[in-house]
This record gives sequence, C-alpha cells and structure tokens, in this order.
Amino acid sequence: MFERLSEGFSDALRKISGRGTITEANVREALEEVRTALLEADVNLEIVNTFCEEVVADALGAKVTKSLKPGQEFIGVVQNRLIELMSPGGPEGAAPAGVLRISPGPTVVMMCGLQGSGKTTTCGKLAGYLKKQGRTVMLVAADLQRPAAVDQLRTVAEQVEAEMSGGAAVSFYSEPERVAEYGQAVGAAVEVCVNAVKQARAQNIDTVILDTAGRLHINDELMGELQRVNSSLQPHQIYLVVDAMVGQDAVASARAFHDRLNVDGVILTKFDSDTRGGAALTVRKVTGAPIKFIGVGEKLDALEEFHAERIASRILGMGDVVSLVEKAQEEVSEEEAERLQEKMAKGELTMEDFLKQLRTIRKMGPMKQLLGLLPGVGQALKDVAIDDKQLDRVEGIINSMTPTERCDVSLMSNSRRRRIAHGAGVDPMEVGKLVKQFDAVSRMTQQMAGLGAMGKVQAMRKLQAMGGDGAGMTGWKGKGSTSQASSKSRYKKRKRR
Amino acid sequence: MALFKSVVSRITKGLARTRESFVGSLRSMLSGRTLDEQLIGEIESRLIQADVGVQTTRRLIDSLRADYKAGRATSGEDALAHLKREIKALWPESDRRIHFAPPRADGSKATTVILVAGVNGSGKTTSVAKIAKALRDDGKTVLLAACDTFRAGAVRQLEIWSDRLGVEVIKGQQGGDPAAVAFDACEAAKARGVDVLLIDTAGRLHTQDPLMRQLTKIRSVTAKRIEGAPHEVLLVLDATTGQNALRQAAHFTEAIGVTGLFLSKLDGTAKGGAVIAIREQTDIPVKFIGVGETPDDVEPFEPEAYVDALFAE
Ligand SMILES: Nc1nc2c(ncn2[C@@H]2O[C@H](COP(=O)(O)OP(=O)(O)OP(=O)(O)O)[C@@H](O)[C@H]2O)c(=O)[nH]1
Ligand SMILES: Nc1nc2c(ncn2[C@@H]2O[C@H](COP(=O)(O)OP(=O)(O)O)[C@@H](O)[C@H]2O)c(=O)[nH]1
Ligand SMILES: [Mg+2]
Ligand SMILES: [Mg+2]
Repeated sequence: MFERLSEGFSDALRKISGRGTITEANVREALEEVRTALLEADVNLEIVNTFCEEVVADALGAKVTKSLKPGQEFIGVVQNRLIELMSPGGPEGAAPAGVLRISPGPTVVMMCGLQGSGKTTTCGKLAGYLKKQGRTVMLVAADLQRPAAVDQLRTVAEQVEAEMSGGAAVSFYSEPERVAEYGQAVGAAVEVCVNAVKQARAQNIDTVILDTAGRLHINDELMGELQRVNSSLQPHQIYLVVDAMVGQDAVASARAFHDRLNVDGVILTKFDSDTRGGAALTVRKVTGAPIKFIGVGEKLDALEEFHAERIASRILGMGDVVSLVEKAQEEVSEEEAERLQEKMAKGELTMEDFLKQLRTIRKMGPMKQLLGLLPGVGQALKDVAIDDKQLDRVEGIINSMTPTERCDVSLMSNSRRRRIAHGAGVDPMEVGKLVKQFDAVSRMTQQMAGLGAMGKVQAMRKLQAMGGDGAGMTGWKGKGSTSQASSKSRYKKRKRR
Repeated sequence: MALFKSVVSRITKGLARTRESFVGSLRSMLSGRTLDEQLIGEIESRLIQADVGVQTTRRLIDSLRADYKAGRATSGEDALAHLKREIKALWPESDRRIHFAPPRADGSKATTVILVAGVNGSGKTTSVAKIAKALRDDGKTVLLAACDTFRAGAVRQLEIWSDRLGVEVIKGQQGGDPAAVAFDACEAAKARGVDVLLIDTAGRLHTQDPLMRQLTKIRSVTAKRIEGAPHEVLLVLDATTGQNALRQAAHFTEAIGVTGLFLSKLDGTAKGGAVIAIREQTDIPVKFIGVGETPDDVEPFEPEAYVDALFAE
C-alpha cells in the first residue's frame, strides 16, 4: 500500500510538521503530493483538481494554521474531505444500507455496467444477501449476448440456493431460445425482463434481480436497450457495477450510465485486489449515488458494506487497522484471546499455543499483507521480502513434536531433536534453534500486552526470524525496489480451486 | 506479420468499423496548434487521463519540454511526432510478433503453446477466441484448452466459441484441476500434430498467491510436455484498468514469465496508457489490441496509431 509516491506524500507532511505552521506556500507544496497520491490511486484528474482546491481552503482555515501538529491536522483535513465526498453528510446523512424493499412486491433491481465488471457474480452475491434476510429472489438472465452467460447465471443461482444460509428460495428465470450472437439479439432483453417480472409477481417473489449484458457506454444501441428496460419496468433500484481497479475512464463510463439510467447505487467489485480504489471517489462524485456494496472475492459471500473511512485511508495509502482488527476477530474467539493473554502474561506460553497462534495468524493471510495493514509499517516493509515458507518449516517442526514436548521444551534431548528434525525434514540444528528462539520469544510475549503497534511488529519480526537460520533478522531479506506490494486483502476463507 | 495477414489487410482496406472509434481519421487535439506551456499542460493532462501514470507522464513531458525549450518542437504536430518517436522506440517491431515454436531438427513442425492469463473479467476467453480465429484464418490448426474449471459457465463459454469457430477444445471437469486439463491438452496437441495450442485460464487476482502458484503449475506442465513451451505467455489487460495494471504485470510476470500483453476493450473510451509505464518498468511489449466482442475484433498493436489515438478528439 505504501508506494513510492505515497512516501513522497509522507515527506511533504513531515515538512509541514517540522515547520510547525502552515502557510499557503507549504500547503501547496504538500498538496502536490496529495495530488500525486490521488492520481496514483486512480482518482480522476478533474476530481483531483477540484479536490485539491477545496483542501487548500480548508487547510488555511484557522484551525489548522494554529494547530500544534499541523501535519496531522492537514492529513485530517484531507481525509475528512475524502470521506465527505464518498459519503456526504456522514453516517447520519447516509442513504439507508441494504437493498430497498417495495411493498407490494416485487422489488425490481437492475444491474448494469461495462463488460467483465462483475455483474453476474454480484447478482449472485446480492441474492445470497437477500436470502439471508428472508427475501425470496428471482435471478433473471437478461444477458443474451455473452456466450454461456445464461448458463453462468443459472449455476450461480443454484449455488446460492444450495450454499447460502437463510430460508428464502432463490429462483432462476431465462429464455435461452432468445440467445443470439453479438449484435443480433439487441432489444430481446427487454421482453425477457418484462416476462420475468410478470412471473415473479404471479409467484409472489419478493425481489427480482436483472442481470444485463455488459456494454460499452458509447454503444448507443445497447445503451438504448437498457433505457427501454428502464422505461418498461421502472426498476426500483438500478445498480452500476464498477471494477475497483478501473482508471481515469471511470468518469466517462459512470457519467454515461448515469445520464441514461439515473443509477441509484454503485457496487465496486474486486476490492480484494491491491487497488488503491480511487474509483470509489470518482464514481461517487460523478453519479452522486451511494456506494452500496463492495465485492471482495469471487465467492458468493464476498460482499461487504461500504465504509468511506476505510477506503479513504486506502486511497491515501495509510493502512487499514480496522480491517486487521476485524480479521483477527474473525479468527480468534474472545475467550481464546483472553486465555492466551493470561498465559502470555504469566510466561506460560507453550509450543502448542504458539503453533495455534501461528496458524491463526497465517489463516488471516500472508504475513506481509497483514503487516501492511498497520499504518507506517507498510512503508517500513517496502523493500523487505517476507518468506512465508519459513513459517511452513516452523509449523513442520512443531507438528513433529509430541504433545508433551510441545508443553515443555526443556525436555528436548539430542535424540528427540534428531527424531523431530527427521519428521519435519529439516536439520536437527534448526530444531535446536527454534527451541532456543521460542524461549526468547515467550519471554518477549510476556511483555507484549503492554506494547503499542510498533512494538508488536518488532515482536512479530523476531517471531518471523525463528524460521530463519537463527541469525536473527534473516527472515527479512532486502529485495531491491520490486517489493511485493503489501496490501489490504480481505482474504475470505475460500475453497481451493 | 504473417499471422495477422487477414486482420492487417482488413485494416488497410479501412473496413474495420472499430478503427473509426479508436485509431481512425479522427482529428488530433494537437493539429494546427502552436506549442507553448499551455499546450504542454494539456498534453500532460491528456496523458494522465489516458492512465499513463504520474511518473511516466512526467518523464514524457520533461523530454517534450526540453525539445520545446531548445526550439526543436514548436507546433502541436512536432509534439505529436516527438511523443510518437519516444513511444515507438519502446516497442521495436520484432517485439510485437508472436513467437512460434521453431521447426524440429528433422524439419517437422512443432506445436506452439500460447498461455493466456489475467485478472478476473479482463477478456481472456474472448481474446483466446480472437487469436484462434486469426490463426485459423491464417491456415493454422488450432486446439483450445479450457483451463478455467472454476468460474460458473466458463467451460461452456469457450465451448461455444470453439463451435462457432470450428476449432476443437479440450476440457475437464468443472471444479477439476486446471493443470490436469493443460496436461491432457498438451498430449492431445502432440497426438494431433496441431500448430498452436491456446490455453484459456481462470481469472485471478495477482495478489492471490495460491492461485498464482496454480498458474505457475499450469505453465510448468506445458513446459514438461512440449519442448520450449509456453512459447508465448499473454497477459490480457483491460484497457479501462488504472495504475493497478503495473502490479498485475509485475506479479503475473513473476509467476509465469509474461511475454506480451493483449490490451482488451480499446473500443471504449479508455486508452490503457498504463501499458507505456509497464513497458518502461517491466519490459513487456503489447502484442495485440482487442477492439470489440467478436472474434474479428483484434488488431496488431501499432505504437504510432496508438499515440494518435491518445490525442484523438
Ligand atoms: N468491448 C469489448 N468487450 C470485450 C473485449 N474483450 C472482451 N470483452 C467482453 O468482456 C467480457 C469479459 O470477457 P471474457 O473473455 O469472458 O473475460 P475473461 O477474462 O475470460 O473473464 P473471466 O474468465 O470471468 O475472468 C465479455 O462480455 C466480453 O464480451 C473487447 O476488446 N472489447
Ligand atoms: N476477485 C474478485 N473477482 C470478482 C469479483 N466480482 C466478480 N469477479 C470475477 O470477475 C469476473 C467477471 O465477473 P462476471 O460476474 O462474469 O462479470 P460480468 O461480465 O459483469 O457479468 C469473473 O471471473 C468473476 O468471478 C470480486 O469482487 N472479486
Ligand atoms: Mg455477466
Ligand atoms: Mg474466461
């Protein structure tokens, strides 16, 4: 998340902080860095320009100039502006979360967007989301163009029905005989949608979701088709589905879709990538429509509500502590956490506990990505390659120990060491080193409760080094400038594929 | 370029509908204008808006400004020529060709393997259909491998293309091991003596390590079965992608050694300017551009036409 440019961004802020006062000149200088950071995050150029002007005005306001920590105040101004842009009026002013429900039904939801943006997948995710709320859903295959689009949605519908919790039924509607090659079935989608809604009404279905074909915003014929669906059915909600990795062009496409359809909400997909996500700002500004959800994976439960504060930090490249904490909470129960805390404090941590913790942490994602979620740490890590394989070896070694050995490493004799090494396929020396380092670490964890984030990171460093050859920091190899991007990736546990 | 004879001739005849929207005879925002700081500023904005990225844009603008200050560039046309030179130099002709497997020692023809990968929804499957058609039209025998065993309907999608194009496809079980499909496809390609094996893979984010490893595995399966394979590794990049494209290029290259980009969806209003930064930073050339949804909508990448398109009004 901390790329070269957002480093520059921090530099500029440091300058401001150093001087202690804010003048128009140094605000403008710092702003240049903000500008770059925003452009690198794919916020549209025009929007960046307006944004920066607004920030100057804010920053020169009395509050900042008189502040003792002007750098921090400045970043606050920038962040607040970003958040305000993405969710005007703050949480109170926000549009109601979730999907509007019309009574009597059916509520009609239409999805639209460019090719490959994630419409079909998102239809499935929304169906799952509504199913959980007890709303019956009909998914309608209105993409008659893309080969096998109908089959794709049928499969998705079946998956939602089979895999997602909640009692309500999810059904599927299609008229496969209308499918045709590109350009030859334009308009047919309108009738399919009309027929589907008719049937849904007869069957008392709560919500109908129309999966339309992807189309270019400059394709008049196809955009006209969407307008006709719109005028024939008057969908209650029209959602624009946008790929979060999109660049400057987000302005053009979002504007065109909005002009023709007056969209009610935006769904940003593929936020599980390492995109900085400036599109969120662009699309929000252009359509004025709220960002309803973000897609964070290919699986059907990978749909989350949008939180402007988190995305603002991400756009600025400032890490995402909230996500880290959430991830941790997903993996560790409260009692478990308390139990461990106690053991740690007493210095009673065993290899068994350690193994459990290690596994828990690793379930949350690759080490570097996790550390990258901590503000400031991403930058510290940028040239460092963290090798998760070393952690594999540590796991292997502990796995080869007997339960008794895990509870009391002082039992470790040479013959035991050899047996363990053999089992784990490592050198006996490595086992010895791990044991020694474990001793050191368990003493250290005793103090960890009292540490701040940086201290914890240092502790983690030592933990990481345990997998190395024992020479301390070797788990952290400098790796030149092509560092693996550390990123916020909300890895949902996914099946192997 | 022999491979895209048909495509190229179609373009030179000026038939391509898409050409109008992308590289057609549109007026350049630069024509008939005097070069000054104002225009340089506009060029800079245009490059940023084409997703070229801040760093690469700065570099291009600095060199343009140097020419302007030295009096070597005085008009909009000069500026365009300057940028064309700069950008063309990045993509020598030889880089833009498909690498085919050389004939075997005994003179018999060898199978060329083309591996196609990219993030979700970038246009891989459609691009596979496009390349398959161009090759088929060129008189080559083609076999497709449906290695996207994950996404709903993916195998069926490729099957439909294979039916429409009259080329065969090797497929496996939905949810099965894609490397196993790649294995079967290599064996089939050898047994049938096909000229080109085109491998479609599931979309995956470059940040998903296990999935990237799976891609590496597909690659090594082909390498073990067919000499020199894969001869070409194409990363399909959606032209609407912003700066994330650089990450994609870097990570996919690390996993499977990308040899070329297929820049898809250039028929929209996005320009895919990140490819310039990618070329500078990771050295991967653009080989093809996608300009529509049908198998005919592919063109070889032409740097000069591309620069024209960046400044088209
Ligand atoms: N306008 C336009 N659309 C394209 C182009 N290439 C692909 N598409 C469309 O983009 C969408 C996704 O294309 P696919 O070929 O299925 O993409 P993919 O990368 O195989 O997608 P996944 O396998 O789902 O990751 C489809 O609707 C295609 O028709 C192009 O050059 N121009
Ligand atoms: N990683 C990830 N992939 C996604 C997400 N949403 C959709 N996809 C994938 O993006 C590709 C295109 O999605 P699809 O729903 O077919 O797009 P459509 O053409 O707009 O209907 C598929 O490979 C999906 O699995 C997401 O939030 N994260
Ligand atoms: Mg679809
Ligand atoms: Mg595909």
